[in-house]
Amino acid sequence: MNWVLDPLQSTTLLWLAATAFCVALACGLPGTFLVLRRMSLVGDAISHSVLPGIVIGFLFTGSLTSPWLLGGAALAGVGATLLIEQIHSRTRIKQDAAIGIAFTALFALGVLLLRLYASRVDLDPDCVLFGSLESAVLRERFVLGGLVVPKVFVMQAVVAAGTVLLVVFFFRVLMLTSFDAGLAASLGYRPVLAGRLLLVLVSVIVVAAFQAVGAILVIALLILPGATAYLCCVRLPAMLWLAAAHAFLSSFGGLLLAYHTNSNAAAAMVIMGGILFASAWLFGPADGVVLKKWRARQARLEPADPSGK
Amino acid sequence: MIDFLGMPPGLWMPLAASLLLGIGCGLIGSFVVVRRMALAGDAVSHAVLPGVVAGFVLSPSRNPLVVLGLALAAGLLGMLLVRAITTTTRLKEDAALGIVLAVFFAVGISTISVYQPSGVTAFLYGQAAAVSWSDLLLMTGVTALVAAAAVVFARPLVVMSFDAGFASSLGYPVRLFERMFALMLTAVVVVAMQAVGVILVSAMLITPAAAAYLLTDRFNRMMLVAAIFGAAAGVAGTLISFAGAGLPTGPIIALVASGVFAAVFFAAPRHGVIAKWLRLRRRSARVARENYLKAVYQVLEARSFHGDGVSVREIAERRRETLEDATRGVQALVRTGEAFRTGEVGDIFLTPDGWRRAAEIVRNHRLWELYLTHQADYDADHVHDDAERIEHLLGEETVRQLERALAFPETDPHGSPIPAPERQSLGKGELR
Repeated sequence: MNWVLDPLQSTTLLWLAATAFCVALACGLPGTFLVLRRMSLVGDAISHSVLPGIVIGFLFTGSLTSPWLLGGAALAGVGATLLIEQIHSRTRIKQDAAIGIAFTALFALGVLLLRLYASRVDLDPDCVLFGSLESAVLRERFVLGGLVVPKVFVMQAVVAAGTVLLVVFFFRVLMLTSFDAGLAASLGYRPVLAGRLLLVLVSVIVVAAFQAVGAILVIALLILPGATAYLCCVRLPAMLWLAAAHAFLSSFGGLLLAYHTNSNAAAAMVIMGGILFASAWLFGPADGVVLKKWRARQARLEPADPSGK
Repeated sequence: MIDFLGMPPGLWMPLAASLLLGIGCGLIGSFVVVRRMALAGDAVSHAVLPGVVAGFVLSPSRNPLVVLGLALAAGLLGMLLVRAITTTTRLKEDAALGIVLAVFFAVGISTISVYQPSGVTAFLYGQAAAVSWSDLLLMTGVTALVAAAAVVFARPLVVMSFDAGFASSLGYPVRLFERMFALMLTAVVVVAMQAVGVILVSAMLITPAAAAYLLTDRFNRMMLVAAIFGAAAGVAGTLISFAGAGLPTGPIIALVASGVFAAVFFAAPRHGVIAKWLRLRRRSARVARENYLKAVYQVLEARSFHGDGVSVREIAERRRETLEDATRGVQALVRTGEAFRTGEVGDIFLTPDGWRRAAEIVRNHRLWELYLTHQADYDADHVHDDAERIEHLLGEETVRQLERALAFPETDPHGSPIPAPERQSLGKGELR
């Protein structure tokens, strides 16, 4: 047990884990809807496309926690989706290629800006791409009622709380528009608007998650919780609870893994999330491979009633 | 090392590497774009990272056979897992691609953070200058093999890309070709990753091929154009990177390719945005002119074709618009030679061409109204708006069919005579 409990004596690690959980929760809930809408890779495209916005925003504000950055990045995310729409509605290029063209161009621009100006400002290119939760937690802190609180935790907690509230409040709209856009429209909801707002929400969350996990790994936090939950149950509320559980286990488990192997925390979180996904793939009660094999075997062993009753 | 065309190896080897990657990516990218596998290409390019890192860790001397071989294995394993997830669960391809992409990439990043092998950053962002002589030999061999396979098996691969069922009915071993294509795609990614970086390889797979897709309708030409675009972007990006003193080649190559795409997106002769906009403008200008021709015809018809000239005022009254608008409309007819005017403010006369077109438009309109009332059971007072639109679009072939279907009618549902442009000469009502 010491393998688990000893690291948890450290307050830094607890703060890290709590911050990571907030990030994973904020990504996982809207990510579940992305998985259901078969838009997982739009999340990937947005997370790549906001990079130039973040670099430019950082050059102006000098901080990765500035609220201006969130607004700017939301604009960048919306701009990227508009660019994708323009490419595939104005020419015969299909949506997948349009996504690929737009996000690689924006991402390349972001990397180039980063390389050109990174020497002038305090922004480590590798951290922006792969995240550095550790330094973010250690760098900016303030004291609140005798407790030293990392600034980044407060920001992620606010984003996570806001996301939970939005998902709960708009649960019905999100569910209806994800499963049956036609029915949602006939009931007076606006599926297209709901889809756009979901993407705006994802853009904001991606930028907030940026400092913790970087631009590339955020796709894992978006998709893995929802996809894992999808293999375990068939009802949406249960899926969201399971996605939250996945966020919790992967953030704490990932940080323990990173602690023991002395490796990058964000990558370890994703690996832990991947292990959880693999377990669900094998043993998941709704769609697990082992369970399906076992059911098929049972069906063979108990032949149908020959009398046909 | 060898000097080539007087260039030092430090320059020509990176250039050769980016040329090869452009050709390979362009050829395979053409299949990726028409098969709508753009995001699969992205997933493969991220999935090779753990193989690269493992190669660096296992072979500190950086033997290209070990590094590229392990990268190939990791990419293929990733594609296999995507297939396994989509076939054994309810998850769709997008989620499977995203999961494999992210988890494989995370394994790579995690391994980097533990072992910190030197020089691996070149594979992330691309550093063409880091290409060695043995790398280049291996890259040339792999690209030649992939290009040869793409050209030799172009036909079955294309048929399979557009219609897998049809391909297997032709007797092609579709599953074998699918596996071969997966191998080719991963091999191209592995060859390209050194100069352009694993994160941006997908730009080279998608963007040049998409630009070529807007320029031609033949797949062979698309492959050729995509290979040329890819090679040009690779070489230009590498040169710019050298001029900019050590900037990573990957983002620059990707941005050059995006610039090529943007130029084609706007300026392509048939599928470009500007060409489409011009076509639309020409069409709406033609529709506007034809409406004025129709108005002239109707004015003349209203006075039983007495006299040939029509005044601007009559046209304006007919169309219920201002004199200024009518003057502008008439000037457009004069510019295209469909009408002429006696002096600046005089009457308007249609030329033989203009008269013919005017009669055609009126005929199309009335014929269509008749068709809707007789064959499609529309009410006579519901057909006008529809005919207003279609009169500009009906071709001679369709008109002949309509005439046959309606047994060569003389009048429309409102009793107006249907003109016959081929027998009707300028303004001579009695010849109708």
